[in-house]
Amino acid sequence: MLLIHCPYCNQTLPEAEFTYAGEAHIARPADPSSVSDEEWRDFLFIRTNVKGPHYERWRHFYGCGRYFNAVRDTVSDRFLITYKTDDPRPELSKLLEKSK
Amino acid sequence: MTHFSALSLIKNALSGQKNWEPQWPDSEPKAEYDVIIVGAGGHGLGAAYYLAKEHGITNVAVIDKGWLGGGNTGRNTTIIRSNYLYDESAKLYDHALDLWDGLSQELNYNVMYSQRGVLMLAHNVHDVQSFQRHVHANRLNGVDNVWLSAEEAKEYCPPLDISPTARYPVVGAALQRRAGTARHDAVAWGYARGAAARGVDIIQNCPVTAIRRGPDGRVTGVETAKGFIGAKKVAVSAAGHTSVVMDTAGVRMPLESYPLQALVSEPIKPIFPCVVMSNSVHAYISQSDKGELVIGSGTDQYTSYSQRGGLPLIEHTVAAICEIFPIFNRMRMLRKWGGIVDVTPDRSAILGKTPVPGLYVNCGWGTGGFKATPGAAHTLAWTVAKDDPHPANAPFTLERFSTGRLIDEAAAAAVAH
Repeated sequence: MLLIHCPYCNQTLPEAEFTYAGEAHIARPADPSSVSDEEWRDFLFIRTNVKGPHYERWRHFYGCGRYFNAVRDTVSDRFLITYKTDDPRPELSKLLEKSK
Repeated sequence: MTHFSALSLIKNALSGQKNWEPQWPDSEPKAEYDVIIVGAGGHGLGAAYYLAKEHGITNVAVIDKGWLGGGNTGRNTTIIRSNYLYDESAKLYDHALDLWDGLSQELNYNVMYSQRGVLMLAHNVHDVQSFQRHVHANRLNGVDNVWLSAEEAKEYCPPLDISPTARYPVVGAALQRRAGTARHDAVAWGYARGAAARGVDIIQNCPVTAIRRGPDGRVTGVETAKGFIGAKKVAVSAAGHTSVVMDTAGVRMPLESYPLQALVSEPIKPIFPCVVMSNSVHAYISQSDKGELVIGSGTDQYTSYSQRGGLPLIEHTVAAICEIFPIFNRMRMLRKWGGIVDVTPDRSAILGKTPVPGLYVNCGWGTGGFKATPGAAHTLAWTVAKDDPHPANAPFTLERFSTGRLIDEAAAAAVAH
């Protein structure tokens, strides 16, 4: 059971309260009609699927209901940080240093 | 290679079982191969076997970071079926089913393929409509699948509770009689033995760290823990780690890797004659020849490479089994494990060529790769040997994610492949 910190409720709660919402920081093309098929593919389907620290979205479904972002190591499943959706993408090197 | 027969069993029994030879040697890599296959699971070993047997390409190595058959091949719930909705899937999975028939004889190795039937339970109107649509689509494609009333389902699978007061009443079921189970380890071992006998090198405990390309973009070989190994062609069949390996060749994949868990109970006397799946309640169950109930359901909700998965999903799975089969609610579970499955956006596999010349990929089987083993292996070998796909795997391209020609089994099945 993962324990996940909701940055809005400021509480650390069991995984069962949350739903996973895929990779984070994927921006929808600003001008969809000018985008090529390959760029649509990248936006819709291509994922980093990284083995290691992964930037991802979670939703506090059975709580405040809000989406937030997280960095989780996909090998150990340990969370390095969770942060609000409008916070800037945290730099990985600083996160790794902090978690040492 | 020893040929297994009644005579060889008797001879070896009389000599105290001391004269059996190893079934395949643990090879050291040569400097160069015609074909390197990354991943020694059933799919990869099978592809090596068919390359050697049907295409005469024997200068082949199968390389794995662990031991052969130690990934998803040894971690699945061994279910085999082909009752998929879309024409493309029905053709590919039925191609596999045709090869499962007679695989033990072909390999001279008992893969314990048992056509005990897969029963998919319908609990509500939506299930009935969806499964009957499957039954009709399958019939048009020549895939056997029949609709049973609740009473007929009960007759086929006596432990089933069809009382109308059940928590999830059974209102009918779809049955594929040709479907069933096989011994998963034996499939990998049988293919390994057959491939090695034809000259294929099986290199275990040797992680492939990168795919190397020449100045013209063509594949030149792979970087491994035992150094560089040259290859004219490389086929990646690495399940959950496919996107990691492909990334080193500069190919980004539409894949996400999730843990898929399974568990077995303590062994009991034979009680369960077939495979039962319930998509609505979300679990599936069968009984192994050792007597354990083999149970599984869907993936964990988050991507991971941990080969472990979380306990909430196990609780959900066991709860579903107890709801459908109250008779099992006091059984003890023996062990649980996880494998890492690579899931595509449309829940159909990717099997074919890549933008890199000489590089082929077989991946995206998600939660249902075991049943496809002979079909995937056979068509991958064909694609590598001829540099052109077999008709059965031709629609399963990587390009479909930019052309939009998806094979949307995700919408057709949604759960429990």
